[in-house]
Amino acid sequence: MTGAQAVVGVLEREGVEAVFGHPGGANMPIYDVLYDHQNPREYKGIRHILARHEQSAAHMADGYARASGKVGVCMATSGPGATNLMTGLATAYMDSSSVVAITGQVPTFVIGTDGFQESDVVGMATSVTKYAFQPLRVRDVPYMMKAAFYLAATRRPQPVLVDIPKDVQQGEDDVEFPDHVDFPNYRPLPDPDPTIVKTIARTVLTAQRPIILAGGGVKMANAYRELQAFAELLVAPVATSFMGKGAFPENHPLSLGCMGMHGSEQTNKLLPECDVLLVIGSRFSDRTTGKIEKFCPNTKVIHIDADKAEIGKNYKLPVVSLVADAKKALQHLLREVEAGMLGQQREGWIKKTHDVLAMAKSELDVNGSNLSGVETIKMLRRFLPTKAIVTTEVGQHQMWCEQHFQVIEPRTFFSSGGLGTMGFGFPAALGAKVARPDVPVIDIAGDGSFLMTENSLATSVEEQIPVTVIILNNQMLGMVAQWQRFFYKRRYSSVHLGKVPDYVKLAEAYGATGVRVNTIPELESAVTRAIQSPVTTIIDVPISPEENVLPMLPPGAGIKEMIIG
Amino acid sequence: MEDKPGVLYRITNLIRRKSFNIESIAVGKAETPGLSRMTFTMVSDYSRFDQVMKNIDALIDVRGVEPLDMRNAAVRELALVKLSPGAPATRPEVINYIEAFRGNIVDVSPDTLTVEVSGDPDKINAFIKLAKNYGLTQVARTGAVALSREMTLAE
Repeated sequence: MTGAQAVVGVLEREGVEAVFGHPGGANMPIYDVLYDHQNPREYKGIRHILARHEQSAAHMADGYARASGKVGVCMATSGPGATNLMTGLATAYMDSSSVVAITGQVPTFVIGTDGFQESDVVGMATSVTKYAFQPLRVRDVPYMMKAAFYLAATRRPQPVLVDIPKDVQQGEDDVEFPDHVDFPNYRPLPDPDPTIVKTIARTVLTAQRPIILAGGGVKMANAYRELQAFAELLVAPVATSFMGKGAFPENHPLSLGCMGMHGSEQTNKLLPECDVLLVIGSRFSDRTTGKIEKFCPNTKVIHIDADKAEIGKNYKLPVVSLVADAKKALQHLLREVEAGMLGQQREGWIKKTHDVLAMAKSELDVNGSNLSGVETIKMLRRFLPTKAIVTTEVGQHQMWCEQHFQVIEPRTFFSSGGLGTMGFGFPAALGAKVARPDVPVIDIAGDGSFLMTENSLATSVEEQIPVTVIILNNQMLGMVAQWQRFFYKRRYSSVHLGKVPDYVKLAEAYGATGVRVNTIPELESAVTRAIQSPVTTIIDVPISPEENVLPMLPPGAGIKEMIIG
Repeated sequence: MEDKPGVLYRITNLIRRKSFNIESIAVGKAETPGLSRMTFTMVSDYSRFDQVMKNIDALIDVRGVEPLDMRNAAVRELALVKLSPGAPATRPEVINYIEAFRGNIVDVSPDTLTVEVSGDPDKINAFIKLAKNYGLTQVARTGAVALSREMTLAE
């Protein structure tokens, strides 16, 4: 068979149902093979969803991966197609998401001659992927494609790229599809070391004021139930990093919500008071910890992570560290820790955490009918079923979601935390909807971010992937403007977006529904209608350009030093 | 690590983007066909060193990483050093020094000498320092290679 047929053959064997891509000169052979899979009525086989920009394709694949727990696949041609993918791959890399990117490349005999639409994709991708393959013979294609899926999905999920020269796609050879691939230095993580598990169990059991900090790793490992069971057994409150939001139901009595730069002020203050901090699946990002030298100086920190290179990278002083998958680690810990008297022991501490958090809630209760960013986000939780998937773009709206949008069910909140990519949310929402067509999917956006990948509106309407976009429209690049307010003496340099475009008319131009809302009741009715609509809806919510995200941890500050107003 | 194109790139790219402070790199074929052995040297505190090891070990193409230092490994390097000793009277002096370092003269001309010196990196450093007094013009060093010592002083 041809290399292109081998590519699609691997996609079939891996159970791929959808790929998000854009054709071009260098990947046409693959698209020719996919032609037989495109049945517009029934979507039999592998459905191809045509993005209008490869960055969107990569974000769609990323959203698909986060929503389904499977590998998301994106495709692009050589040269500019591939370079357009890089932002999306970097986004997935920073957030540890399982994406496979397949790019066409100029023929092998053209490589290195600066051919038309040639660029060093493997070179560029090396820094933003777990691995980048380039098969130079047809017979290498099945192995490398299979390896790409294997590497992307196992241990710490990260994107993998396969760059296939056009002559390799077109060439014919006998091929074999391997059942598994083996990398001698890349094996599944061993089971958690029982001695270390015992030490951790002992330490948390004897803690007077424990806190569990859950990061994105808990979600990646699908350890939601284990975390909840463990926290309840231990009677320990749970805080999350931004990427950990959703790892623990935020309406649970033990939930402390998010901590970090734009986390809850009260939670940030509680952390240094705990005597044992059990950190699972978090990499101590600077956004989470504030100045690392000031992070919880009097606390015993335990660090559990699936990536051994993260242990000691940012936080250098864990008293115990364990390299393990979060799910297995928690399962083993559950066996070690016995229930019993802990409820009474922790009563004082739990009461304190509740009192502290209650203070926060009453302070932030907002009245009034004019829409603010904060109000909109808070109300949204009431208008959406708990199973609805919410994605965000990047900026003030994203941080308001961190602070005010309660995430309750697993796999319902996706945001670009590591790279902070504006334009992620909308295509990711489309990818998520393809993975989970039965739930409403909502992208919460700022006006600046939405324009970065607005082209996905065309995909959304043409491919009939309905989502709801709520644009918090302050006609500004809000987060940058906020920093300019706080740290640059209100010198608003190049942050005014203005009144363009009219998002309602923009939506209609693409064949979607557009609506503007100015009050809470209008918002509620627009959202309720939108999530039932078979067509994408953009809800334009004008808000004040002066609204800030507070509290905020300024750069260089420790987590107790938040700005509150 | 795998002896394949692109592996060297991946490793040096990692070093670059993480700003690891590497003093030298030497790489060549290893005892097993299809594999290369790469030796790095770095001067750092343990925590940084540990990070480098873990990151390199995480690379798919790398088979394993072994920490070595002067106490538990045989470490050797080779350098070619070109000098222009100047006055002919100093030549015997220079040649004495070369003998003391067990170097070999591999090239001569009326004005220059090229010496091959090998040994542990400190010996090379010492020779180069000395050579600066004798019109040192060029140095080409291979970077250190090392293998663990099987017989330690403790035994």
